[in-house]
Amino acid sequence: MFLGRVIGQVVPCVVTPGLEGVPMLIVQPLDKTLKPKGKAIVAADATRMAGPGELVSYEGGREAAMALDPAFVPVDHSILAIVDGVNIT
Amino acid sequence: MILGRVIGEIHGTIKHRFYEGKKLLVIEKTSAAGEPTGDYLIAADSVGAGADERVLVLDEGNGARQVFDSKDGPVRSVVVGIIDDVVSD
Repeated sequence: MFLGRVIGQVVPCVVTPGLEGVPMLIVQPLDKTLKPKGKAIVAADATRMAGPGELVSYEGGREAAMALDPAFVPVDHSILAIVDGVNIT
Repeated sequence: MILGRVIGEIHGTIKHRFYEGKKLLVIEKTSAAGEPTGDYLIAADSVGAGADERVLVLDEGNGARQVFDSKDGPVRSVVVGIIDDVVSD
């Protein structure tokens, strides 16, 4: 998993079956010091509770689809956790 | 599998049900000699690794699910070993 910050929301009007009602959020990937790294991505929110400005943890690939219910829907990134704190030693 | 060093931990209340009760470690990827490569990942812990320890990280979904005895857990990275030493000829 990687760290990211929610910077926006996507409001789709038509989605593929299985993705109805799943929030799609724009996530800026972060490095380990929480600085932005690379281009923003759109991720499905498996927690269904993340909001703008929040620090989240997301996963890509096959595991992203497995996080949703029903599983194996066509997504490539999913938010799996809302991060309250990061302790970097 | 990859070599890394535990540089921190992340905390959060809201997460996918699979991750409830699991420790999530921030791992800095390292070379065999132990130098940081600059990259990082977040992995679930299965061995009780702690801060600043060198670890072995499995970064593959099916193996990771096997470690946690889960059929559908959205997990790809898991800490599977603590390293005392790396010997290279």
